[in-house]
Amino acid sequence: MKAAEIAELLNEPACAHNKKEKSGCAKTKPGATAGGCSFDGAQIALLPVADVAHIVHGPIACAGSSWDNRGTRSSGPTLYRIGMTTDLTEQDVIMGRGEKRLFHAIKQAIDDYRPAAVFLYSTCVPALTGDDMEAVARAATERWGTPVVPVDCAGFYGTKNLGNRIAGEAMFRHVIGTREPDPVPESAQRPGITVHDVNLIGEYNIAGEFWHVAPLFDELGLRILCTLSGDTRFREVQTMHRAEVSMVVCAKALLNVARKLETDFGVPYFEGSFYGITDTSQALRDFARLIGDPDLMLRTEDLIAREEAKIRAALAPWSERLKDKRVLLYTGGVKSWSVVSALQDLGMKVVATGTNKSTEEDKARIREIMGDDAKMITDGSPKALLQAFKDHRADILIAGGRNLYTALKARIPFLDINQEREFGYAGYDGMLELVRQLALTLEAPVWDQVRAPAPWAAPALAGEARAAGE
Amino acid sequence: MAEILKRAKALAVNPLKASQPVGAALAFLGLKNAIPMLHGSQGCTAFGKVFFVRHFREPIPLQTTAMDQVSTIMSADENVIEGLRVICEKNNPDIIGLPTTGLSEMQGTDIRRLVREFRAQNPQYAATAVVPVNTPDYTGCLETGYALAVEAIIDTLVEKSAMAGRRRKQVNVLCASMLTPGDTEAIREWIEAFGLRPVMLPDIGDSLDGHMVDIETTPLTLGGTPRGEIAAMGESVATLVIGRSLAKAADLLQERTGVPDFRFDHLLGLAACDAFTMALAQISGQPVPARLDRQRRQLQDAMVDTHFMTGFLRVAIAADADLLVGLGAFLAGVGAEIVAAVAPARAEVLSDMPVASVQIGDLEDMERLAAAGRVQLVISNSHAAQSAERLGVPLLRAGFPQYDWVGGYTRTWVGYRGARQALFDVANLFLGNHHDIPVHRSIYRDATEPATPARTPPGAGLVGH
Repeated sequence: MKAAEIAELLNEPACAHNKKEKSGCAKTKPGATAGGCSFDGAQIALLPVADVAHIVHGPIACAGSSWDNRGTRSSGPTLYRIGMTTDLTEQDVIMGRGEKRLFHAIKQAIDDYRPAAVFLYSTCVPALTGDDMEAVARAATERWGTPVVPVDCAGFYGTKNLGNRIAGEAMFRHVIGTREPDPVPESAQRPGITVHDVNLIGEYNIAGEFWHVAPLFDELGLRILCTLSGDTRFREVQTMHRAEVSMVVCAKALLNVARKLETDFGVPYFEGSFYGITDTSQALRDFARLIGDPDLMLRTEDLIAREEAKIRAALAPWSERLKDKRVLLYTGGVKSWSVVSALQDLGMKVVATGTNKSTEEDKARIREIMGDDAKMITDGSPKALLQAFKDHRADILIAGGRNLYTALKARIPFLDINQEREFGYAGYDGMLELVRQLALTLEAPVWDQVRAPAPWAAPALAGEARAAGE
Repeated sequence: MAEILKRAKALAVNPLKASQPVGAALAFLGLKNAIPMLHGSQGCTAFGKVFFVRHFREPIPLQTTAMDQVSTIMSADENVIEGLRVICEKNNPDIIGLPTTGLSEMQGTDIRRLVREFRAQNPQYAATAVVPVNTPDYTGCLETGYALAVEAIIDTLVEKSAMAGRRRKQVNVLCASMLTPGDTEAIREWIEAFGLRPVMLPDIGDSLDGHMVDIETTPLTLGGTPRGEIAAMGESVATLVIGRSLAKAADLLQERTGVPDFRFDHLLGLAACDAFTMALAQISGQPVPARLDRQRRQLQDAMVDTHFMTGFLRVAIAADADLLVGLGAFLAGVGAEIVAAVAPARAEVLSDMPVASVQIGDLEDMERLAAAGRVQLVISNSHAAQSAERLGVPLLRAGFPQYDWVGGYTRTWVGYRGARQALFDVANLFLGNHHDIPVHRSIYRDATEPATPARTPPGAGLVGH
């Protein structure tokens, strides 16, 4: 990928980061950097496309420790869980045999697994040897008739976020708009309900959580042409240009896809979240509003009223237990406010939230939700997080998986909110799982036992530690 | 002698292999007050970190030189020097491990020169040792990267000396990547039972065993081999080398110090345990303690009890070479038949595997060989759960990574007790998945009698798909 192309991807006019000094993505500091690379980001964005053979072109490091490690679920094909890589050897690198191996690898994947398409992910080493992956993809498509899509995402191009955008760009250039949607099947037509086609962008169906929400879409007559990319098929990505509206779910990462769908195909979009009662209702309302079907709006309001009443009743006993518990939230970007809303729905107090990856817009939204004295944390180091936890007298840390063992080693309750988690929190019904997990860790009887010192520890120390534990 | 079959496919499907830099990082994670920094793109580190966090369920210190587009094309030398400086300044570690990656090796980095330049520019950080090691990920696997790092640690931290035997009770133990934290603990106790004091290198049993600590957080390892102990390895009476992958590291240690060594391919099963026990008796001049004798008798008892289940048991194993050969020899030694043996990369030890051939390949190869050999038990890492499910047989988890299984990271395989437990588990997995003879209902019998429902295997203790 050329430097100019990277610069163009970094310049995302629809991203609020663009307007500040953070424009594009922050430069990394050797010896003090956390987070994935562009390949990581691209793979995360596209791997959930379930019927595609995902081939990682590179030596083993890239696929070897990353395949089949995501919580994303498919309702059908499971090809995406099969790890595939060219596993380049020293000989391939020295003799320049990478392209040839890749070409044969594509054939092997097609012969053995009959994928709907093949996605190729380039990595650092073939980017340096100069393998022309795009040419290989073209030749392979021509030769075997299965679409082969190159995703040029070498790790050194930059951050995970850039990788997300590269993935979106690849879908836009090679896949979206290459097929018309199927007609709505007769069996799915219901009298008096007009079916509207919509997209979800950046919904990954972690732990199957979108299945909490999907039945509501069916009920309202909203046909999801494609979710980029949870529980998606290749043929669905091809039709995204025909949606009436797109929702960008909980992430800035694939904003470029939404923006281009709007400019090139006139598909309007909005940003929203399915975390929490308030936000879920808002998302459904936004769909109805942007589609502009008055009947849909009425039915949406009815559905919201019904679902909210149902879930609030179900949550009541839990809210009693969780009410006024103090939460330290440390997540990236949009989640910093979307999860706040879910927690406030439960009567919990968010005492501080991380804003490291949040935009100015996100921060404004946080102030709007949490009030002007909202504490925002920018330093996400384990030490700083634990200090903030103490300073704000929090009861629980809610953060991404990378902080999980930091919290546990410090003997504090923790809830994992990122994509490796094993529980689904989206939608109205997801709230029930959320409260269960919150109560489970907050009320766990293990905390007192692990905080208390050993009976043989020096008494003075024991007294201190016990006081700290209380 | 097993024939080694080369990788025959263009595409690796369901990779068995983890990379050399990841292996090197693991070796450094077994040193005290240490942190590895991979010289590559930030993804190399992020993937490695997630890999180990999910396996050990522990915070994992791991940093990166964060090569980006500009430094990849122009020069990443400054990234290395700055990265070292930043870590020294912020964390003041005893040791920084510095493995390279495919990316920096492609660029042609001269990692040793960069360490020298860092030293020259930053005399104030002289107290921190820096151990560079070349570990491109387009050769080898986790095991070889780990072995290269152990060799580099010796090269950097053990000086040439002629003081072998000065510490009469001290023995060195070079621990290969196949050993779990539980294994290294068991080996320590084994050695201590003879009144000897082991210096384990590396010692992930002290750093990654999963224990609560009083400090709330640290950016460095939570334990491991202290730097001072490594420097004093030249004064030991003997070196015990566990794992053929460490042969070169052992050669170097011997050349530097003249400490005599005893080498073992693995410590799985009766014969291997006996060899190790005899070596300890010889080094210490002590008789074998009664409790070891008792443990040996317990293992023998388990061997006769379980031989009905382990005999003729058709097993598929996919793992790095040392572990593969150890498990293969152990199970063949109790009558099992190895129908598939797959390693991710070549190693000298593979030709000693008690099978006709060893395939260099991936979990797809294992699955095909296993199906052809009508396998009854698969032994491999968590990634093989999908394969085992398709094959309809139980999986015993071994090796890296074990992310869908709590406690696997610290399971004890070595020693008489470890072997006994492994036999029990193998036998129980077989019993839990035992297939009855298909029912025959005679044409002359009452056709209206409801059929017995097919027997479903009970939830065997170790299976968890």
